[in-house]
Amino acid sequence: MSLWMQRTALFLLTLAAPHLVPNDYWIGVLTRICLYTTLALGLNVVVGFAGLLDLGYVAFYGIGSYIYAFLASPHFALHLSFWVALPLTVAIAAVSGILLGAPTLRLRGDYLAIVTLGFGEIVYLLLINGDRPVNITNGVNGILGIDPPRLGSLTFSRNHEYYYLFLAFLLLALLISTRLAHSRIGWAWQAIREDEVAARVMGINTTKAKLQAFAVGASFAGIGGGLLASWQRSVFPDNFLFYESINILAMVILGGVGNLAGVVVGATLLVALPEIFRGFHRYRMLAYGLMLIVLMIFRPRGLFEGNRVGRREPETSTLEEETLSLVEPGPPVGQ
Amino acid sequence: MLKLSGVVTSYGSLPVLKGVSLEVKGGEIVCLLGGNASGKSTTMKTILGTVPPRKGTIEFDGQRIDGLPTAEIVRRGISLVPEGRRIFARMTVWENLVMGAFTRREAPADELTEDLERIYGLFPRLRERRDQLGGTLSGGEQQMLAIGRALMSRPRLLLMDEPSMGLAPALVDLVFDIIREINSRGMTILVVEQNASVALSMAHRGYVLKNGRIVMHDRASALLEAEGVRRAYLGEA
Ligand SMILES: Nc1ncnc2c1ncn2[C@@H]1O[C@H](COP(=O)(O)OP(=O)(O)O)[C@@H](O)[C@H]1O
Ligand SMILES: [Mg+2]
Repeated sequence: MSLWMQRTALFLLTLAAPHLVPNDYWIGVLTRICLYTTLALGLNVVVGFAGLLDLGYVAFYGIGSYIYAFLASPHFALHLSFWVALPLTVAIAAVSGILLGAPTLRLRGDYLAIVTLGFGEIVYLLLINGDRPVNITNGVNGILGIDPPRLGSLTFSRNHEYYYLFLAFLLLALLISTRLAHSRIGWAWQAIREDEVAARVMGINTTKAKLQAFAVGASFAGIGGGLLASWQRSVFPDNFLFYESINILAMVILGGVGNLAGVVVGATLLVALPEIFRGFHRYRMLAYGLMLIVLMIFRPRGLFEGNRVGRREPETSTLEEETLSLVEPGPPVGQ
Repeated sequence: MLKLSGVVTSYGSLPVLKGVSLEVKGGEIVCLLGGNASGKSTTMKTILGTVPPRKGTIEFDGQRIDGLPTAEIVRRGISLVPEGRRIFARMTVWENLVMGAFTRREAPADELTEDLERIYGLFPRLRERRDQLGGTLSGGEQQMLAIGRALMSRPRLLLMDEPSMGLAPALVDLVFDIIREINSRGMTILVVEQNASVALSMAHRGYVLKNGRIVMHDRASALLEAEGVRRAYLGEA
């Protein structure tokens, strides 16, 4: 089967999916798969493409959710339409990615991990304590009554409606990821991930490239956050615990760091497995944990070969094509 | 071609280069000698702009390049083979080479293909291994790859930071043969070495750096005979 046919079949399958599962609960699971895959694709840009180990990714997810909640709820009596609020949310999330990324530029590996972990905690604490002295976040009570998205005469309310909305954004995230992986900036990220000093010697502006990675990653988290808020119709600080960062990171690692198909499969499995293991009742998370350990023992580099961005597929791309992708005008990284 | 005048470079408040002046003329091989931590690598990084100079000027082809971003300096024709090779381990040989052309974004694909061919001609080993990951190459092959990658930006001045480091003696000779060969094709080269005798036997002129200052410079043959050189590059006295 050709690649094109495989993709079409897969796409049709995702379109039909809500009709193939037994009940509405499972449509909700499918919707969450779309949400987490979008988030994982964003973290993959930072961790997989640029090699920056970010343990505080949930910060951007939280920022996205709350910004969306501020813009489209009775909380500040702002009721912006979903189609206005979401782009604004994404823009603000991107800026927060740059602001939180900037102080970490000199850090690598473990140090970067610790500092980003700290950022994740700080944002969580800000959300919890942001109700005093001025009430901004409404503290532990969260923000309720968030407006649902509207499209024409349709007001989103049922899971399958949200599923298609989330799927559309997932496909957008996937498209952007694919383009990035094969672009100049993708090459720059890969070089930085392999050797930052050498990357600089090649004329790559590593500061700018890293900030771009943080911005793109945070944008995806902003999309995820906005979608969550509009679906859940409420947001709480506890949606953004450290555990979520690790969960999303596990999706990226399980599938194969940097490998897009891997990230999609990783996120799908990690959302679906706990549901499948529901029959184990209290041993559910145990079964899930064991499953992860076994997977990592037998596929230490992930289900798919990771660690390669914009991988050259010998049969699908020629030397010229790949060379062109390097020289074609893209974001001016090397300036 | 390249002229440094009174270059001062610091990391934080600690000055490492304390007024370095040196010159490289077109077509030359110039060797920069010096003991450990004398500032040789810092000189290279300063020329390439990855570390900006605090004081002094750097001219390339008569134009100031100090303060320019590295990408612009590379585009103007300076390229560095970094200390320790620093090839991209999980990228193939081919990808490493293409990465060397990062600054040539307007270059047509066939021009890059031509350059790749030229480099494969210089290093047939790299052609054989072009789909192999860089990290799986031997030390000597990695050095060839690092040189090839630096050549992909089409430099007119090639900076090399200790190209013989960590190589077996036979490979050291090979690397120096390659440097001579590249030079004979018209490339100007500034090479840093701790291995003074070998480096001087190939260079036209040499400078000796000590504690961030140039303490000696002369024709290579004269430096080779100079008693002080051994002491200087060993970092004694
Ligand atoms: N990134 C850096 N930050 C702080 N100090 C540095 C850095 N790089 C080099 N140095 C210091 O600068 C001095 C000269 O280093 P270097 O130029 O690498 O010497 P060489 O190449 O001659 O061995 C050393 O004392 C070294 O410790
Ligand atoms: Mg050095």
